[in-house]
Amino acid sequence: MFEHYLSLFLQSIFTENLALAFFLGMCTYVAVSKRVETATGLGIAVIVVQTITLPVNNLLYHYVLKEGALAWAGYPDLDLSFLVLICSIGVIAAMVQLLEMVLDRFFPALYNSLGIFLPLITVNCAILGGSLFMVERQYNVAESVVFGLGSGIGWALAIMLLAAVREKMRYSKVPKGLDGLGITFITVGLIAMAFMAFSGIEL
Amino acid sequence: MSKASDTLLEPVLQRNPIGAQMLGICSALAVTTKLSTSLTMALAVTFVLVCSNALLSAIRRFIPSSIRMIVQMTIIASLVIVVDQILKAYAYDLSKQLSVYVGLIITNCIIMGRAEAFAMKNGVGLSILDGLGNGLGYSVVLLAVGGVRELVGSGTLLGYTVLPSTAAGGWYMTNGLFLLSPSAFFLIGLLIWALEYRRQTLAAKGR
Repeated sequence: MFEHYLSLFLQSIFTENLALAFFLGMCTYVAVSKRVETATGLGIAVIVVQTITLPVNNLLYHYVLKEGALAWAGYPDLDLSFLVLICSIGVIAAMVQLLEMVLDRFFPALYNSLGIFLPLITVNCAILGGSLFMVERQYNVAESVVFGLGSGIGWALAIMLLAAVREKMRYSKVPKGLDGLGITFITVGLIAMAFMAFSGIEL
Repeated sequence: MSKASDTLLEPVLQRNPIGAQMLGICSALAVTTKLSTSLTMALAVTFVLVCSNALLSAIRRFIPSSIRMIVQMTIIASLVIVVDQILKAYAYDLSKQLSVYVGLIITNCIIMGRAEAFAMKNGVGLSILDGLGNGLGYSVVLLAVGGVRELVGSGTLLGYTVLPSTAAGGWYMTNGLFLLSPSAFFLIGLLIWALEYRRQTLAAKGR
């Protein structure tokens, strides 16, 4: 039992990294990876939001939206699964808003350091993508907590790596036209190739 | 007239949403292993973009600015649900291959970006043209990357054999790397290089 969760955890960090294998959250990934400090802040925010929203979306799916899930309320034939998209994005927006209020009230230091990144997370496709993958792969609640934590850590790891590389790269001479976004994409490609080395590992 | 054609054509090359503005890259990278999925995705995004631009521009005077994000999100999400259901009904295999990426059109920054930057400020006609133009710009990149990846990766285009592969008794040795994720990063990187190089050369000449 424990092994199952451990393998899911490691799988979601390394072999199925949301950013490098599924291209999720690319816009923020490329835009906010100029400095390690900001990348770390955003990474932590993603881990927290991902770990909270995935189980909530999971409960919502299993007890309200899934076909026949409303049997407890007397509607055994109802199938609301087409509402998954709009409900997930609603939950994510609400959770981010709540988290923002809680952080503002109880952890002002962390709140200030995250700044603009918290609201940006709402439109980060890594979060919505995580929720949709969870529905597609039929995870239960415990699995969704593990998957949320793992995939959040994986994304944070990827953005911190890229930021570190980009900080070093600022001093190197890049051909005309390639500097800036072009070279960033090539770098991400190389990092993704390195991460693919994990894919042969059986857990 | 020239403003209308500018609105339509500018985003295709000069201000391409993927190449120049860095919007909506996630899906562009993920669905381009084959030309057929790229084509479906391009059509879906263009449809959502045109409709959301039109709807939002039509009601832009009635949306209080404090809740405009939620209104935009709701309209976009509803349109994406329509696309998702249509795909599931008429092209089930394709919708299985696209898996979560159809749903992720909601968080595709092109759509939010155009809604916020253009549709909230301009009339319905221009907004539709803007949506169409940006959709075309997105489609061009998607089809280019998808075409190269499918041709090099499996020697086919839209499922038809172009280069007979060694596995099927032909002469072409398929390059499996092009079916994996890193190749998409490389291709987009090179594409940006070409676009950026062209832009800088033009700027240096002062047009």
